[in-house]
This record gives sequence, structure tokens and C-alpha cells, in this order.
Amino acid sequence: MMSHTLVNNFLEYSAERLPDKVALIHQDKRLTYAEIEEMANRLALVLIDAGIERGDRVAIFMDNSIEAVLSLFAILKVGAAFMMINHTTKTRKLEYIMNNSRAKAMLTQGSRGDIIQGINCPHLKTTIMTDSHNSMLSCIPFETLLNSGKTDTVKSTYIDLDLASIIYTSGSTGEPKGVMLSHRNMVSAAHSITTYLENNQQDVIVNVLPLSFDYGLYQILMGFKIGGTVILEKSFTYPYQVIDTMIKEKVTGLPGVPTIFAILLQLKDIDKYDLSSLRYITNTAAALPVSHIKRLRELFPKAKLFSMYGLTECKRVSYLPPEELDKRPTSVGRGMPNEEVYIVNENGEKVGPGEVGELVVRGSNVMLGYWEMPEETAQCLKPGKYPGERVLYTGDLFKMDEDGYLHFVARKDDIIKCRGEKVSPKEIENVLYSLNGVLEAAVVGVPDKILGQAVKAFIALEKGSKITEKDILRFCSQNLENFMIPKHVEIRDSLPKTMTGKIEKSSLKKEQFSEIQTR
Amino acid sequence: MQLKFEIRHFIIDNFLYGQDDNDFRDDISFLEKGLIDSTGILELVSFVEEKYEISVADEELIPDNFDSVNKLSAFISKKIDDGK
Repeated sequence: MMSHTLVNNFLEYSAERLPDKVALIHQDKRLTYAEIEEMANRLALVLIDAGIERGDRVAIFMDNSIEAVLSLFAILKVGAAFMMINHTTKTRKLEYIMNNSRAKAMLTQGSRGDIIQGINCPHLKTTIMTDSHNSMLSCIPFETLLNSGKTDTVKSTYIDLDLASIIYTSGSTGEPKGVMLSHRNMVSAAHSITTYLENNQQDVIVNVLPLSFDYGLYQILMGFKIGGTVILEKSFTYPYQVIDTMIKEKVTGLPGVPTIFAILLQLKDIDKYDLSSLRYITNTAAALPVSHIKRLRELFPKAKLFSMYGLTECKRVSYLPPEELDKRPTSVGRGMPNEEVYIVNENGEKVGPGEVGELVVRGSNVMLGYWEMPEETAQCLKPGKYPGERVLYTGDLFKMDEDGYLHFVARKDDIIKCRGEKVSPKEIENVLYSLNGVLEAAVVGVPDKILGQAVKAFIALEKGSKITEKDILRFCSQNLENFMIPKHVEIRDSLPKTMTGKIEKSSLKKEQFSEIQTR
Repeated sequence: MQLKFEIRHFIIDNFLYGQDDNDFRDDISFLEKGLIDSTGILELVSFVEEKYEISVADEELIPDNFDSVNKLSAFISKKIDDGK
């Protein structure tokens, strides 16, 4: 048995072992492991010709597509780190990420041309683009690479301590932070997760989550690791299409977030579809309402339902064994295999059952730190048990029950979880303040049946300003990723303040809760 | 024509926040344009069901019926005719 040391080994070993097996299904295309391996090698050689070297950063700015999968493996083969950037990212943030990481190359799609045209990135030397006929930018067309050129296998010259990926995540300060993950971090997380999910070669996993979200990305990585088949969907916009594919392909694994399950359960004929091939369902990012857990189990009695919890900084923290679901439906479970979790008080001392404290994670899945942000890194990575070891302070408050199972209490900062993705109120407020006419802005999360939390912006306008809620939303849509655009905007004469003159968000939040309760 | 006008109006108002983009033609794919996502489509379905008093079955909720002004107006017309 070949042991996986590097993330790209997931593809390479499966291509050796199961060359003719279908690895990836996307729309009407089916690609085998051997085909993907060959194309990833071709693309890697093109990157080498373009001067990409071990340690460089390369961006993938695409929606869920075969090209995005090929790109990530090609980048890894070269020894560079890939960065999956949400395809709805707008010019200003894209430029920030590209310049912050000093990425030398970008692989993208013609449809992103308008956004890319606006960025000024002195380090960016090479742009490789699919459907490039739509764009005026100078770039290498993606399609021609895959049908011509060299086909040698690229031999890796790097080790598992090298950087495999940087995943940008929202921070409470509003500046996106680049989570640095080594090959070892990612291999370790993938190994732990596939162990407790008991994944095997027969698994057919459907992924509707964006690859820019680590939960979506890992479906590809883990599916390839086990030699299974991954069905990559663009999104869950047309649920029936996804269900139809799930039935035809006899899907065994369905990863989702509460928003996806809420949509699924709203379908009129959900109980009529034959999804008996489902072996497991996973949920993370936010807790499923107990009523949804009940309904999912009625609909899919043969499928094991895993409630999980995690953060990009270590990928996954915990999972609840399905057999514990009846006993503790609101728990997110215990640490994964090969990982230790504990709760500490404000002095960093471990606390006992029932006591609330910050959750700490110890394991080889814990990130290397935030890219070029030593202060932020020092706040969450602190010395561990042995010299040089660092453990992750999650910023999430938890308590443990008598049997060692974790129960989420609250976050220490004001990050909003919307559709399972972290949204930084500060990042949205920064955008709002840049709109002429906005005097004050405060963004909070409000409860929402489908989204979990919806983003709501409270605005006070400068005297004489005539801007409307629509103007504000339009401005947000031009500057923020789609999932960050507020669902609600409320313009007020003024916003409530604390004694020291700061905007008092807690009272805005309280109003929202009481409004919902009285409805 | 009236039907297309109403659909356009709804899309522009709700997904383009009132901005009538000159590029926004009746044959443009909502998905490719990034206008509609999994929660947006739910809003679109409720609009169509309430406004035109039709019921959209799960199987009908596919891009062929919903993914552009043209496709949606053809779908709604057919549903209204079928209901007569």
C-alpha cells in the first residue's frame, strides 16, 4: 500500500491503481483517473515553462469545473501552493489577495475577464484562461494546453512540510487572512475524515459546495484519495437536477450545510425520490435544526448522518458518531482520529465538563499560520505540549459534557455564519463606509430559516444624502462576494451608541431577536 | 411581451438591485451571469407561483425552464395554457 505523503499523491496513486475508473463527473463529462493525471501533468509542464517554481503561489479563480480540479493538482505537482478564490470575488478583494500572496500565475475563466481586467498586480506574470475568446486580456488559452505539448510525468521535488495551499478566510478585522496549509496538514485532515466516514473505493460523492470553500475542496481531495468517484456540480441552484444525477449515479455520500438541507426539505416530492444508495450525509458549518435532523433521518433511514464542526485553520475539528445523534442531537461530537481537543479558561488552563471555555485543537492538521500576519498568527497558534509544537485556539466557546462530547456555546468575535460560510461584519462595513453618503454602518447577523444567519446592514446617512436601500445593495453587489451581500438593509436617522460613542451592535441584534420572537 | 417585461422587472429589481444593465438581454443565462443562486431561485419560484397562479413541480425546476427571461416566459405561457 502506497502511503500518501503529498496531496497530489491522492491523484497519482489512484491513477496507478485504478487508471480506468471514473474519478470525476461534471455535467456531461466523465474523466478517469488516468485522464486527469495526464492532463494535470501537461498543465504542470506549462506552469514550469512559465517559470513557476516550488514555493510560488498560484491562484485559481474559477467556478466549480473540471479545469479547477486539473489546475489544483497541476499546481501541486510543480511544488507551488494553490489558492482557490471564490469565483464571485470582485476586483478590489481579488487585487488584495493577489498582491498579498504575490501570486505569480492565475488560472481562470473568460467569464471572469471583466473582474481581472481591473486588477493591478505587479507579481502576476502568467494568466491561463478557459474560453479566452471572450476576453481582451493577454493570456494562454487553457484548452490548447490539454491537447498538445509534452506529456511527461512531473516528479515532485518537495516534501510534506512544504506549502500546499493558502485559503483566504474572513477575519474579524475585515482584512482577509491567508490560512497556510502544508501538504502534511491537508493529508492528515483528509486521512482523519475519510477514516471516521469509513470512505471506500465504492463511494460516489456529490459535491454542490464551491471549491473555494474548504468543505467543497476536500470532497475532491478525499474522493481521489480513496479512489472513489466525485460528481462535481456547479451549485445547488437547481436541486432537482442534482437529485436526478444522484439517483442515476447511485450517490453514496452527500455533504451539505444547513442551507442546502433546508432547500432539499422544501422540495414538494422529496419523499418520492429513490435515494436509497445514500450511505452517509454530512453537515457542518452550522448546526442543523433538530426538526431537520429528524426529517432527514425519516427520508433516508439507511444513511448515517454526521454532525460536524470545523474551521479552515485546521479543516475539521470534530464529528458526532451517528449512533450518538439521538442521545445528544445538539452536540458536534468529539475530536477526529489522530487529533486532540480540549477546552481552556482565560488563563489557558484546561477546564472540566460543563464549564465554558475556548476550544483548543492539537494535531498535524493545524495550519502553519496566516500568510505574512505574525500578530494574528500568534493570537491563535500558541505553544503546545512539546518544543516547537503549536496548538490552535479556535476563538469558539464550547463546553464538554460528562462523556467528552462538545457543545458549541458562542463565538468570541462577531463573525456571521451565512450559508455555512464565515462573513466578517467589518469587511462589509468597510465597503459600506466607502459609499458616498453613508455616515454610519453596522452589520449584524439575524436569524434566517434558510441561511442560518442572514446579513443585515443598519445605515445612517449623511445629512442631505438621497441614497436608497437599493443603491446600497447595488454598491455591495459590485464590491462583495455574493454570499456577503446583505439580505436586509435598514436606513435609520441614527444608530444606537455606547457611552464611549461606539455603535452598539448588541442592542441592534437584540431588537432583531425580539422582532422574530413576536412574529 | 408583457410577461417578459414583468420577469425582467422582477430580476432587475431583486437581483440587479434596480440597475438595468445594458448587457442584460432576454437570452442571457441567469446562472452564467451570476444573478441567481440556490436561495435566489427560491425567490424566483415563489414570485412565479404567486403572480401567475401556477404550481411549479420539482422536475420543472430546471435551467431549461428558468435560466433566462426567454426560457421563463415560455415556461410560464405554457403552464398558463395547460391550465386553461
